[in-house]
Amino acid sequence: MQLSGWGNYPVVEAEVRDVADVADIEAGLVNFHGIVYGKGRSYGDSALAGEVLRTERFDRILAFDAHTGRVRCQAGVTLAALLEIFVPRGWFLPVTPGTKFVTVGGAIASDVHGKNHHHHGCFSQYVVSLALLLPDGRIERCSPVENAELFHAVCGGMGLLGVILDAELQLKPIASAFIEEKTLKAGNLAEVMELFDQHAAATYSVAWIDCLRTGKHLGRSLLMLGEHSEDGGLSLPGKTPVTVPVNLPGLALNRFSIAAFNALYYQRVRARETVRRVHYEPFFYPLDRILHWNRMYGRKGFAQYQFVIPREAGARGMHEILRFIADSKRGSFLAVLKLLGAQNANWLSFPFEGYTLALDFKMDAGLLEFLDRLDRLVLYYGGRIYLAKDARMSEATFRRGYPRWERFVELRRRLGADRVFNSLQSQRLGI
Amino acid sequence: MIIGATSAIAEETARIFAQRGDRLFLVARNAERLALIANDLKIRGAAVTFTETMDVTRLELHRDLITKAQQQLGSIDVVLIAHGSLPDQRACEQDAELALREFNTNGLSVISLLTHLANAMEAQGRGVIAAISSVAGDRGRQSNYVYGAAKGAVSVFLQGLRNRLVRKGVHVVTVKPGFVDTPMTAQFKKGLLWAKPHVIARGIYNAIEERRNVVYLPWFWWGIMAVIKSIPESIFKKLSL
Repeated sequence: MQLSGWGNYPVVEAEVRDVADVADIEAGLVNFHGIVYGKGRSYGDSALAGEVLRTERFDRILAFDAHTGRVRCQAGVTLAALLEIFVPRGWFLPVTPGTKFVTVGGAIASDVHGKNHHHHGCFSQYVVSLALLLPDGRIERCSPVENAELFHAVCGGMGLLGVILDAELQLKPIASAFIEEKTLKAGNLAEVMELFDQHAAATYSVAWIDCLRTGKHLGRSLLMLGEHSEDGGLSLPGKTPVTVPVNLPGLALNRFSIAAFNALYYQRVRARETVRRVHYEPFFYPLDRILHWNRMYGRKGFAQYQFVIPREAGARGMHEILRFIADSKRGSFLAVLKLLGAQNANWLSFPFEGYTLALDFKMDAGLLEFLDRLDRLVLYYGGRIYLAKDARMSEATFRRGYPRWERFVELRRRLGADRVFNSLQSQRLGI
Repeated sequence: MIIGATSAIAEETARIFAQRGDRLFLVARNAERLALIANDLKIRGAAVTFTETMDVTRLELHRDLITKAQQQLGSIDVVLIAHGSLPDQRACEQDAELALREFNTNGLSVISLLTHLANAMEAQGRGVIAAISSVAGDRGRQSNYVYGAAKGAVSVFLQGLRNRLVRKGVHVVTVKPGFVDTPMTAQFKKGLLWAKPHVIARGIYNAIEERRNVVYLPWFWWGIMAVIKSIPESIFKKLSL
């Protein structure tokens, strides 16, 4: 069947095998050349191959300790399921990306991060241990203390070393399902960067940035901060999501409609500073309310682009890159800017201390060339690109961004994983 | 009580019941997967889960099975019959014995279970019996009439049972899913008409709660089947459906 990541680019013809338990996975790995596919929420081609094992139904909870908040589950369990089961009992995800429709296995393989990265790091840092099915059929348990080398390669390892079967996670206690949200308006890039520093103590922080603004409004944004509330109760969200049923015409999103949207979004917040209590759902997952929002970009899909540049390169680098994007007139809905915290011990994890920016670009004729030029700027400032979002970077760009790639390739060879697990991305990047 | 509890649709439906803290009695053939699912349902909120490993084509075990479920649960409030297989139609055309085996799995075993359940629940004087039939049972088509015949038998049996039990306080729900993306249909090319098991599960749960008689899932299959059923046989027989 036709398979793609969340960006709907690229699309491949893949043989999909659904697996519901370990025996299915073991049977599926006989003469297998491909990759594990969860919910298809990585944007690019990291979960695409001619053959995939789909783990959607490999989704049981295996154990839960109500005193410690530790849960062990199969890799196909989604973060949405964990929230639904455990929020009413007073437990929350210690780290969550901007969508809850990802699997635990995918969250580990991409070592995802969220709005609290500057304090709490990546998803894998709350993985107490995991079980990995290796190419030779062995099942290895690994953790930061047991098989630590393998653990740090697997977390962020894009599913290229083996199949993550299950993981034990440390959840976070909460007294309420609500977030005390504070929104601050920033007129330009310098202002928002200063605000990030001023509010470094906030548990959650992220800025929505209008990438179409130029001149003295370059980097105009809304900084959103959040703290877990003590009040409001532990309810689940009530509203049912809406959906975009079919791909919209490619023309629906153009720089005028996007500029109008971004302007409205910014103007919606009147005061320089507003405070309100919101449910965790709109705070963490605003786009999850619109199922298949990716179809707004039309049949050709879009490329998501996320990079990080070191904090030292800071204002100058970000200014330069933003200007390059704004001048290109390639609109992006609500780009996201965040100040990331320290790097962890995983070999291919994306975040390091610095500024990260994530944007969507509608796929069109000149886009890939434009992104190559953007890569050069990012590399110039010592940055790198997030593998979970990538569908097009070059091998050279990858190697410069991820200096530990050689160790990873070496381990893959040693385990025989290079002959079994390959995605379009791993082949493109030569890993 | 859920029979065929390891099927994708049954497992998703069980999760909804588990989340509201119900007591569950689960029946399936694969002991290992059943244990995994029972444990999962307990963590998701089921007050208690009983399991019974059994091949439901062994009709002689049905009476004891229902008795045991009733004893362990106290009484059976809701039963969902969800087991089944998708026969290889071509192979069945060449092999009468295979065709009958498939008819046994999808038709006779269900009729036997329903007979025992009906009596047990009639004695209770309350409860809901839901069984998964199929849109394939609405009209015979060359591509899967062996499956369709068994499901058609189940649909008619349920219809009669509903009529019999209505005055006894027992309600009967006939569930007719269309195309569902499950391991049973793994080899099919999926298009717009295909639904995910959790969508069907939500529909089954609602149908039970609302005491519906016959539900097509998703709902639009009602329209599709209305059209398919209205085509005159003289034309229908020439179509390649």
